[in-house]
Amino acid sequence: MVSLLDIIGPVMVGPSSSHTAGACRIGIIARALVGGTPDEAKVELHGSFARTGIGHGTDRAIAGGLLGYLPDDERLRESLEAATAAGMKVTFENTTLRGDHHPNTTRITVTRDGKTATLTGSSIGAGRILITAIDGFRVDLDGTYTTLVVVAQDRPGAVARVARALADQDVNLATMKVSRRQKGGDAIHVYELDSPPSEAAVEEIRAHSSVRTLRVIERVA
Amino acid sequence: MNGDWETVLEAVEAAEAEGITLGELAIRSEAARGLRTREEIVAGLLRALQVMQGAVARGLQGDLFSVSGLVGGDAAKLTAGRGPLAGTAFVDALAAALAVQEVNAAMGVIVAAPTAGGAGVLPGTLLALAKHHDKSDEDVVMALATAGIVGGVVAIRASLSGAEGGCQAETGAAAGMAAAAGVELLGGTPRQAMHAVSVTMQGTLGLVCDPLGGLVEVPCVYRNATGAAMALAGIEMALAGIEFPIPVDEVIDTMGKIGREMDVRYRETAGGGLAATPTGRRLAKERLVQLKPRRK
Repeated sequence: MVSLLDIIGPVMVGPSSSHTAGACRIGIIARALVGGTPDEAKVELHGSFARTGIGHGTDRAIAGGLLGYLPDDERLRESLEAATAAGMKVTFENTTLRGDHHPNTTRITVTRDGKTATLTGSSIGAGRILITAIDGFRVDLDGTYTTLVVVAQDRPGAVARVARALADQDVNLATMKVSRRQKGGDAIHVYELDSPPSEAAVEEIRAHSSVRTLRVIERVA
Repeated sequence: MNGDWETVLEAVEAAEAEGITLGELAIRSEAARGLRTREEIVAGLLRALQVMQGAVARGLQGDLFSVSGLVGGDAAKLTAGRGPLAGTAFVDALAAALAVQEVNAAMGVIVAAPTAGGAGVLPGTLLALAKHHDKSDEDVVMALATAGIVGGVVAIRASLSGAEGGCQAETGAAAGMAAAAGVELLGGTPRQAMHAVSVTMQGTLGLVCDPLGGLVEVPCVYRNATGAAMALAGIEMALAGIEFPIPVDEVIDTMGKIGREMDVRYRETAGGGLAATPTGRRLAKERLVQLKPRRK
């Protein structure tokens, strides 16, 4: 899906929509996975991100996203210094990810309060992004919706409970995908929502015995 | 009316059937998605326009330089130039395109329309036309929507990423978008706008992405000015009633195909083209050396 304001936009700090704005957005989503500024972040850069990312400010953009800066925030320029000041330890390394990936791809591992999350995200042009993996599960989300990411035991009714909790709060589902690594193990549910879920809905889902983790990723401006 | 138009032709036919511009169709289609109201969409485009105006004004001051120092100050030179076209919309378009890219290279705030690497083309073309043809901000907002619907099709059918499709997918796509937008800004029909896209983009097919050191500086800054020139050429031809024989969607598909077949050296990797010239390599080594990763 391509939104008009993604094509005529985003308003952003230069110099590259792929290497700066898109990278910042991937950082914002990595931040959301741990619910705030990570204590530590390991950023692996693949393909063109590895080859020309640093000169494009990709490192500053991802660090800025991890700090919660949006792509049009002029503080992106100084985000590495701000990260140090905020006590966030960020490391960057070049890598070649296995499998088929867009040229501008990064894998980010973040830790906050002892909890760790990993995502793989690609910057696919014009500042648009695609998150392709979370914690080893394949996903497909682009940050244009408020997104609920649930990891739950793979058993009957797990999806129904989440859907009911959202329906009870009058939250409409735009898209929904469930995938798993193996039968009876854990499954990941990705719900793209038309409006943010209420605190009550989130708590109701989180309280269910099959749910291992629940994360709310706000729509990325 | 869905949100994603997969062909320019279908959009043109829909606009003709409704008796509206492509810009109006773009706004209605976007509103029909239900994510944003019409007012929010128009406000978003107006903010984009204001950022574009701000970037042009900032760049024309002539005192900005990129981190490497390789680019900057050229937009201001052009406004004081005395070439054969001095004083025309053409020269203002070149200057504004340079100005925005100089701001971009200095890590200033711009509108990626469609990308940061091609961000000078649309404001260059449209703001110069608006100034010389006395168009209001509201008119330019509608033209930005026109550009958006074209860019959306290019994103779906081809690519808007230099790393995927070369510069034809960045300044080339931007020029096609600006051409359609310019035609509607000046009162042309959706069909003329469509031909402006094809005749402009045929001129940028095959354009490689070959930035020195992989950075959005050289030749990107200058290529935005020549991209605006290409858009103006397309606008002029389309408004004269010239129709390009290959349908627009096939031109866009061709751009995508050429991009996929393009050697990786010509897709933003600094492995070929001007980046691989003796001077290109020397400048990248001398001037960009300070941009080594800072590891913490």
